[in-house]
Amino acid sequence: MMTPRPILSALRRHKIAAFLIVLEIALAFAIVSNAVYLVMGRLQRMDIHSGIDERDLVTLQISSSGNAGVPSAEADLAALRTIPGVQSASAVNSLPFTNSSWNSDFTKTPGQDATGYPATIYLGSRDLLPTLGVKILAGRGFSSDQYTDLTPATMLSAFFKPTQVIVSKAYAEQLWPGGNAVGKLLYVDKSQGQIVGVMSNIVRPQLSDSGTDPSNFYAVVLPFRVGPDLDASYVLRAAPAARERVLKAAVTKLQAMHPTQTVTKQATLSQMRREYFANDRAMAWLLVSTILALLGVTAIGIVGLASFWVQQRTRQIGVRRALGARRRDILRYFQTENFLLATAGIALGCAAAIGINVWLMAHYAVPRLPIIYLPIGAVALWLLGQLAVLGPALRAARVAPTVAMRAA
Amino acid sequence: MGAYYLRLALRALRNSPVLTALMVLALAVGIGASMTMLTVLHVLSGDPLPGRSAHLYYPQVDPRPLARGSNGNPEPPGLLTYIDAENLLHQGKATRAAVMYQGGDVVQPPAGSALHPFVVNSRLTGRDFFSMFEVPFHYGAPWSAADDAGAAHVAVISRSLDRKLFGGADSVGRMLGFGGHSFRIVGVLAHWRPVPRFYDLNASRFGQIEDVFIPFNTARALNLGVNGTTNCYGQTTGNLDTSPCGYIQMWVQLDSRRAAAAYRRFLADYSAQQHAAGRFQRQPNVRLDDLMQWLAYNHVVPEDVRMQAWLALGFLLVCVVNTVGLLLAKFLRRSGEIGVRRALGASRRAIFAQLLIEAGMIGAAGALLGLLLTWLGLWAVRQQPSDYASLAHLQPAMLVATLALALLASLVAGLLPAWRACLIAPALQLKSS
Repeated sequence: MMTPRPILSALRRHKIAAFLIVLEIALAFAIVSNAVYLVMGRLQRMDIHSGIDERDLVTLQISSSGNAGVPSAEADLAALRTIPGVQSASAVNSLPFTNSSWNSDFTKTPGQDATGYPATIYLGSRDLLPTLGVKILAGRGFSSDQYTDLTPATMLSAFFKPTQVIVSKAYAEQLWPGGNAVGKLLYVDKSQGQIVGVMSNIVRPQLSDSGTDPSNFYAVVLPFRVGPDLDASYVLRAAPAARERVLKAAVTKLQAMHPTQTVTKQATLSQMRREYFANDRAMAWLLVSTILALLGVTAIGIVGLASFWVQQRTRQIGVRRALGARRRDILRYFQTENFLLATAGIALGCAAAIGINVWLMAHYAVPRLPIIYLPIGAVALWLLGQLAVLGPALRAARVAPTVAMRAA
Repeated sequence: MGAYYLRLALRALRNSPVLTALMVLALAVGIGASMTMLTVLHVLSGDPLPGRSAHLYYPQVDPRPLARGSNGNPEPPGLLTYIDAENLLHQGKATRAAVMYQGGDVVQPPAGSALHPFVVNSRLTGRDFFSMFEVPFHYGAPWSAADDAGAAHVAVISRSLDRKLFGGADSVGRMLGFGGHSFRIVGVLAHWRPVPRFYDLNASRFGQIEDVFIPFNTARALNLGVNGTTNCYGQTTGNLDTSPCGYIQMWVQLDSRRAAAAYRRFLADYSAQQHAAGRFQRQPNVRLDDLMQWLAYNHVVPEDVRMQAWLALGFLLVCVVNTVGLLLAKFLRRSGEIGVRRALGASRRAIFAQLLIEAGMIGAAGALLGLLLTWLGLWAVRQQPSDYASLAHLQPAMLVATLALALLASLVAGLLPAWRACLIAPALQLKSS
């Protein structure tokens, strides 16, 4: 590394060009560090752990139209269980990676003035939790005599009167931090339900923007049976290799059982996850391509200006070579010069990056930029600068000492 | 003079083809990215009913209990309960008014059809829906006021459903099997795609309109279910329409500011009266947004789209700074040539003009390539999964804007380098070369 003094005095003679490089690096740094952070946020969201055995599950839904020939969940599930490869089957009111969910506020004390804690309600039939692969961590599951049927007629009156409840680990932790939730009471207005078990976390159908938000896992299960007349779906468990075949057979079977109805949905849970995050994936790709294009343009700018400088200083380089500077020294000179410019750009860019982040936080649901992204961005731009300047610097190093004499 | 400068500029650009190509490319990429994103933003933030939107309003009242929790938002809910919807519809004074909700059910194809039963979405509303929103009809007309009042089994269907079921023939008078009931078709809509689908922002905001339209009263009498959001605020009864559950949207047409002010007063008076009667626990809390206010209040333009637009503009800024740097290098490299021209009598202004023309030519080339990239970018947006994807098309206004933006960007980028280059002292340059 050589002393920066002569470089700085040379740069003083090219103030505009030097300033432009610094500005470009600063802008690139500020935008890239924020964009990388946004990409990471998307990836984190897409990576969320659903808490159910996605790879083993398929789901399908049959319409329930009119008054005659309405499908019954019990009969349908019994028929679906006979399909070879089906390990378990259940009805369910909603599933992760759909945009429809049943939600309610529960309170820890009775009455309308108590603080409400919103949670998603999952229900379906007795086999729901084992089919999904959700485990009971404390307490117990519902016994079969606790289940009652929910129909469109009883839905509104019965739905908000749970007698027994299973809550997710995250929801229990929110309501009774560090404590044991089993045996505690939950209320909807004045009706009460007792918590009989705590289950492993299962993600809610509608995710918040942040993949790490604990409220993504606030869920309860109630002992109700639902069927197609309440827009319930069927969820089947099968080995990953048999999924597609099982799904096809299930659709054919249901369609044959209900000629006046139609299968409104059929998918593997893996497909549903892919589709649910399609927008996030598209946004992540867009951000990544913008980052790459931005770095490319910045590199072009550095190459252009560095080449110009090398050409302009050909004679000085010749003189230095004639006075005994080695090729390596010339190479170092340009590399150090670029390093200094990049450092100035990064310093300026840090301020801009934080400014942009503060603005984004004020206007959009974007969290604070973690400080770790600044050194990462800095290293990226230092490397980019060095890579871009290498070509022009090598050309400079090849300048022969005789150039100095010839030109004079 | 201009032609001479053009020739000079062309020659200069030909002398350094790689640098020129890089400049054009960088500028084009910046233009392409920002115009793609701005076009999407422009399409999504448009007025779905130009000329009418200022007279259409969305009334809101607040029937929620006092409890906190997820009802913590101080603004009144976006959906009306059945009781409030009926009261507002019959007591309010508006030129036109319609209550509505979205349903979905199975269509039974006509006898002899090879089609299998299939599910479509329906809009359950009043006849004013069609006249208030100027919905175009291909065959027939909206149902009558008597149909509304008498809960008649009539339906209006979309053009695409008419094509699917009846091959596009005039199906007025024929029967539609829907949700296990039979409806007499009275009208077929012509193509209609308001962007955004403003009248119900709970469902797909940029999607297609529903395929079946049935009178609201008929739907309630047949108990056709809600395919959308239902929010209940307290102790429910066995019946959706007597429970404190919001699921209904309402639109009113108010032709003057005075009428709107009067309607707002009516909403407050109505709320006070319900409060006094003990039905509303809260003090009067009402809103009456006009259509564009309602879209803004609901943040209809997706956040992602706004962020993409800002990102693209930031990108364009980097591209412009980059072009400034490259042009500076390019012009100063020609110090010798410029010195000679100055020595031969060219004024600073002439040099300045010549260099700006050169910058402008790069801008023009960047604009053309940028236009191509915008077209490609919009194609890429159309491949995306979002419901607005199919709407991303190049528009004439945006086309002109693209060209203007590119030219402006290149001229701005050329100003500083051209100014710097015309400061070159002739004598010094001649001596050194």
